[in-house]
Amino acid sequence: MTSPDIAIIGGGNAALCAAITAAEAGARVLILETAPKPYRGGNSRHTRNFRCMHHGPLGPLVDSYTEEEYLADLMKVTGGKTDEGLARLAIRTSQECLPWMEAHGVRFQPSLSGTLSLARTNAFFLGGGKSLVNAYYLTAEKLGVEVEYEAAVTHLELDDDRVTRIDYTQNGQTHTITPKAVVVASGGFQADTDWLARAWGPAAKNFLIRGTPYNRGVVLADLLDQGIEQVGDPTQCHAVAIDGRAPKFDGGIVTRLDCVPFSIVVNKDAQRFYDEGEDVWPKRYAIWGRLVAAQPDQVGYVIIDAKSLELFMPSVFPPIKADTLEELAGKMGLPADALVQTVSEFNNACGDTSGFHPTELDGVTTTGLNPPKTNWARPITEPPFYGYSLRTGVTFTYLGLKVDETAQCAIGNRPVTNLWAAGETMAGSILGQGYLAGFGMTIGTVFGRIAGKEAAAHANAN
Amino acid sequence: MQMQIDFLQEARRQAEICNACRYCEGYCSVFPALHAERAFSDGDLTQLANLCHNCRGCYYACQYTAPHEFDLNLPQALANVRQDSWEELAFPRAAGKAFQKSGVLIAIATVIGFAVLFWAARALASAGGEGFYAVLSHNAMVAIFLPAFLFPLLSIAISLRRYWRHIDAGPFRPAHLVAALRQAANMKNLKGGHGDGCNFEDGDRFTHARRAVHQAVMYGFLLCFASTSVATIMHYMFDMPAPYGLFSLPKLLGISGGMLLVVGCVEMIRLKLRSDRTLGAAGAFGAEMAFIGLLGFTGFSGLALYAFGQTALMPLLLAIHFGAVLAFFLLMPFTKMAHGFYRLTALTADAGRSS
Repeated sequence: MTSPDIAIIGGGNAALCAAITAAEAGARVLILETAPKPYRGGNSRHTRNFRCMHHGPLGPLVDSYTEEEYLADLMKVTGGKTDEGLARLAIRTSQECLPWMEAHGVRFQPSLSGTLSLARTNAFFLGGGKSLVNAYYLTAEKLGVEVEYEAAVTHLELDDDRVTRIDYTQNGQTHTITPKAVVVASGGFQADTDWLARAWGPAAKNFLIRGTPYNRGVVLADLLDQGIEQVGDPTQCHAVAIDGRAPKFDGGIVTRLDCVPFSIVVNKDAQRFYDEGEDVWPKRYAIWGRLVAAQPDQVGYVIIDAKSLELFMPSVFPPIKADTLEELAGKMGLPADALVQTVSEFNNACGDTSGFHPTELDGVTTTGLNPPKTNWARPITEPPFYGYSLRTGVTFTYLGLKVDETAQCAIGNRPVTNLWAAGETMAGSILGQGYLAGFGMTIGTVFGRIAGKEAAAHANAN
Repeated sequence: MQMQIDFLQEARRQAEICNACRYCEGYCSVFPALHAERAFSDGDLTQLANLCHNCRGCYYACQYTAPHEFDLNLPQALANVRQDSWEELAFPRAAGKAFQKSGVLIAIATVIGFAVLFWAARALASAGGEGFYAVLSHNAMVAIFLPAFLFPLLSIAISLRRYWRHIDAGPFRPAHLVAALRQAANMKNLKGGHGDGCNFEDGDRFTHARRAVHQAVMYGFLLCFASTSVATIMHYMFDMPAPYGLFSLPKLLGISGGMLLVVGCVEMIRLKLRSDRTLGAAGAFGAEMAFIGLLGFTGFSGLALYAFGQTALMPLLLAIHFGAVLAFFLLMPFTKMAHGFYRLTALTADAGRSS
């Protein structure tokens, strides 16, 4: 095939935003998507919303969400490990993205049942991320963007400060193209568990990967090996605690468990290890991935009783159920005596539970227990008892390509003249640690559009 | 009632996955109803199945469709339960079992309909009436069509009563029926929540084709039905027997309805041929096509009868048209036609649930 003006590596939200923007600027665009068509879209397939600044009601969003509040929410989860300039750029631009998304086929819906706390801050895609991906592919194809599926990029040839060539394989054949500009939007490296293990140690072999199995970091590694500037700590990622029975890859949203605040969580020795009631779950789910990762065998066990069963959204796998704690321990492979003792110590530390309120910080706390449970602490006494196993589920890794405010990559202290990056592969430029729900799609949309615009300007001028 | 366990189990498995995801909440009436439950009884699944209009929006939006190991195909799972419920709830049940999945039997029934009318025209003959009544007397027509009209109504009433009990719906309220009629009148559930339509003819692209075609068929049928009703009223209450002129109410309603019906059925067949059959009920495709064919042919033969009513072809066309009408009405509770009644009942029950 003749080489396009712009090659976009990756086929998810950021890649598509870049492709559409570049095609609208008149460039001939080729998308190289490593996944087969049914799995196109990377992790965007599993997303559900877009965190968006807004002054006054906007689309499905109610009230207002200011730049300062958004930034403060971000700083809280990242502990200040954030490039404030890029973060503000993403936040500020998010407002104009929402109408742009609608104009390019994305449809929104009111906040889903069970997610009312996000109705002001996060715009939900009707049908979820795959419907967004489908809409963008239709829009891109109408603009003449070409798409190659199962096209695995193996190498970008660098000549000083310029990408001169892209090698990719498809159906066992090797292809080479020489586009004028390149956008990398091919995600993190989390699906390469060997790489994860090099960063984390062997514990990482027990992690589950919540999203696409195709984000193996091949292009990322190729570029970093050639000296493209990197950002981020290889052990940092968006990781949550998910059902231990989830598939190794691609389990997505349905494997999450929302029951931790109403439970006690123990490790494989039946010992508690963290305050389950520290805060409401939407603000805490993203730390539990790392907490579980630090336990022996990287596994945790949630224990609840009958009175808590209906306080959280159902998940895809039914809980393990038993009439006694001993029986439950047996079914879950936990030491029975230790579990009974842990539960009884916890129960004895519970006090007045009359102020229990499942959706607010109710201050119903334990006393004299270590670690304490500082909210929703009700004794576990009412059979049947239920249990879930917890494992670390990685969404995406933060080690990535360092970009500037034009989404351009750098080598040494100079920009690479024709290389831009967008989405998870550069999200480490903004997220040092922690995660804020819906912010990945914000980064992808904002920087995808910037990368597409810059790449098109470069291609049109050369 | 003994619905097929495997269909119910599969629908239950998929509904539990959907309930843990909820991304499709805004598409149609199915998901808010689904998300209101934590566990799904057979009745719950039957109700969800009859709320589903097979718009397929959820299928193309789903991150868990094959080759993913969760292998979701909710439109198909619900279509199987829905189809099964129409067979099992039918009165008599054997007729539902026979016709719901057999296009051949529908065709045979239609030919029998023709034969009955030919026989009637010959055996009962005319008592010297004018126009159509010269072929078949008014009394003979009433003797054939009154039972053929009342029997399906009775059968459907029995089935809907069974349905209402099976899904454990609350008390019936006329306001809920009004809400259901409003949804059916503009086919809200084929609009896709965003108003862009449904995914039927071209993969994940949303279009209004199916909704438009369905409306043509539905309103075409209702206009034809209105034509016959008006004529009946004119005959009995105003002593104005047929034939009627072009600018009479029965003719205006009948011709416009017939044309809508024919165009709608032809387009519906074209759309269904383009659609992905693996997203519909297993084994029902042929019977659905035969039913649409019968419905369209009923409209077409009516128009032909009007066009050639003054020629020597009239007795032949009359027997064919009336034969098609006879087969259509008698098969109503046992063909795809039943879906309208079940959908309306499901929407009524859902209005009760969400009120």
